[in-house]
Amino acid sequence: MNFDFSDDQKLLKEQVRKFLADKCPMKVVRRVLDGNESFADEVWKGLVDLGVPGVGIPEEYGGLGLSPLELCVVAEEIGRAAAPVPFDTSVVLATEALKLAGSDAQKKKWLPELAAGKAIGTLAVAEGPQPPKPRNVLTTFGAGRLNGKKVPVADGEAATFAIVVAKTSLVLVDLSQKAVSKKRVETIDPARKHCEITFNDASAELLGGEGEGWRLLERLYDAAAIYFAFAQVGGAEAAMWMARDYALQRQAFGRAIGSYQAIKHKLADCYVKLELARSNAYYGAMMLTEGGADLAVAAAAARIAATEAYDFASKENIQTHGGIGFTWEADTQFHYRRAKLMALSIGGPMAWKDKLVTRLEQKNAA
Amino acid sequence: MDFNDTSEEAAFRKEVRTWLDANATHKSDDKQSFRARNDDPELLKKAKAWQDKKAKAGYARMTWPKEFGGRGASPILQVIYQQEEANYLVPLGFFDIGLGMCIPTMMAYANPDHLKRYVKPALHGDEVWCQLFSEPAAGSDVAGIRTRAERDGDGWVINGQKVWTSGAHYCDYGIVITRTDPTVPKHAGLTMFFLSMKTPGVEVRPIKQISGGANFNEVFFTDVRIPDSQRLGKVGEGWKAALTTLMNERLAVGLPSGGLDIDELMELARDTELEDGPAIKNQQVRGKIADWYVQQQGLKLTRYRTLTALSKGQTPGPESSIIKIVAAPKMQDMGAFAMELMGPAGIMKEEVPHAAGFQAQWIGGAGFRIAGGTDEILRNIVAERVLGLPPDVRVDKDIPFNQLGKK
Repeated sequence: MNFDFSDDQKLLKEQVRKFLADKCPMKVVRRVLDGNESFADEVWKGLVDLGVPGVGIPEEYGGLGLSPLELCVVAEEIGRAAAPVPFDTSVVLATEALKLAGSDAQKKKWLPELAAGKAIGTLAVAEGPQPPKPRNVLTTFGAGRLNGKKVPVADGEAATFAIVVAKTSLVLVDLSQKAVSKKRVETIDPARKHCEITFNDASAELLGGEGEGWRLLERLYDAAAIYFAFAQVGGAEAAMWMARDYALQRQAFGRAIGSYQAIKHKLADCYVKLELARSNAYYGAMMLTEGGADLAVAAAAARIAATEAYDFASKENIQTHGGIGFTWEADTQFHYRRAKLMALSIGGPMAWKDKLVTRLEQKNAA
Repeated sequence: MDFNDTSEEAAFRKEVRTWLDANATHKSDDKQSFRARNDDPELLKKAKAWQDKKAKAGYARMTWPKEFGGRGASPILQVIYQQEEANYLVPLGFFDIGLGMCIPTMMAYANPDHLKRYVKPALHGDEVWCQLFSEPAAGSDVAGIRTRAERDGDGWVINGQKVWTSGAHYCDYGIVITRTDPTVPKHAGLTMFFLSMKTPGVEVRPIKQISGGANFNEVFFTDVRIPDSQRLGKVGEGWKAALTTLMNERLAVGLPSGGLDIDELMELARDTELEDGPAIKNQQVRGKIADWYVQQQGLKLTRYRTLTALSKGQTPGPESSIIKIVAAPKMQDMGAFAMELMGPAGIMKEEVPHAAGFQAQWIGGAGFRIAGGTDEILRNIVAERVLGLPPDVRVDKDIPFNQLGKK
């Protein structure tokens, strides 16, 4: 039985953790949240220097060629710090999409740039009010031209290229051209900037086969669900300890509020959900690494458990803090915002629960 | 990451399978019904025979030192044995408390002669032990017990009552915690003893549970005389001895948590017609199945993390402390939900396929949430030991036991 990360992987995790504790404390998250910058540039540069964007990129494309397990431990630390950097967009979604569906030429062009931190990618699926489905995606691609409007697009400002769902296909588009316009949109998590992006006859190319877009997206989301789960586990753990530290320090009715069972049991439940999420995430990581038959089921379970754990810990962190936890000055808001952003960005819990049961039915029928 | 055995573990697993194949029936070869097997009046006799066989082969308590019939083996090997044994039709459960809690307490406190006399028969299933701790007025707060032990010459006289004592009706010996000094605060006035359940003055009355079964008992002590040599630990240090007992929880990490499997619930949901078609297509039903699947998987995988630490010879982290907190309410809620899916027939004890199993989960879950640490006490333990939050305020801490509740 070897259901744990290796010493080397733990070392990498510790290295990223130390870097972020030093360079990306909560005041950096606040700076981006309050300010105008697209992301914390100096934190991102530091992560690039550590090799983070290239962790999962094969060596032949300029990356470190490490396994999904290494990227999982990094994701956990990014989540713990609620780091305002294009990790989930560029390092997870765009990089994995290229690895999954890119032609050799596309990989050769973009993966080394991603690994070196010269390119930042993102994924653009939604087009406004409705949850994105084949019938409400109106963006079109034909004869090498992309037309339509995507919103919200995470890290749209920072991104130099995007992978776009156009009708039934995935399309890769360089965002530096004139036929592309960007407009910032306000969201619940201003520490992660979002955009509306309009494509007006933009030059683009297919990523993967024509008509394969939604099938590829499902596979991409399975991998992303696992990396997101680690980030959510990291965030949930951080929120839980923030609540615990406050509960030890805050006095009410003559003693620390952490000595009351109403608080103790709430925080114990945070821990229970966190450990269920961690265990499910580990299995997802294992399946992703081996390409195991159980990947689809494991990804959905990891996603559901981690979303639940982060949601619960982030909201009960505010509750434990009382009134001060609801102020702009408090750090509690960062995880509350990030938890909801992460819960919604690749499909919410309801959709994933439905997917999980469908996959269990398929597994049982097989 | 992988779920594979090390070569030593794999070799041991093979050895165990060979031995089990030669000595027991695999579950897949089962011809007998669940009920027939569990209602078997010869069950204890069969369990004792199996325990003896196991002990002779050296599998009964592998982590114990050789002098006590163990192998001085790593806990992971004991877990592997248990995992394999769980696939066979063998009567289990009668010796867990005795060997998991009572005898380890004896090893910590009893004299060499007593160990020579009692350990081997317990290991071989000849003598069964129970743990006489809880009382009508002391459950979660077990240090609040009132059963008195008073000096009488070179011995002690015990008077009082214990309750929820699992297996007392078939047990031969027990360890009992008593109050020897009511004039000091409650934790300081306790002393532990062991005694024969046949000692004059000990009376066992089974308690009928809401499940209809009677696994636990009231035990009354009326002028029960025992020699001082049966004392475990010093006078007034019974709480310390009790903690030894409670810390020796059985090595259950490798075993299935029991309860309804998600596949059974999915099968029921496929076969049940709701207004709009099969229940499995209903979004509310799907949401619940998904939640319980994630919990079931989460528990199994959390155990694997603990086993990984054991396999590497490390001390497991605190993650296994979540298991009963999740497993017990899940058992109750899944049973209840399955019954609801069955509609009015869900209440019937006969003629409805699977109903008995679901009802047993629903009823049993109510007890599982209390037994061996309530949901609430377990949350306290996580909050205090894992998260480092303060212990509950104890208003009785510095007050002599016999002054409690007096103004």
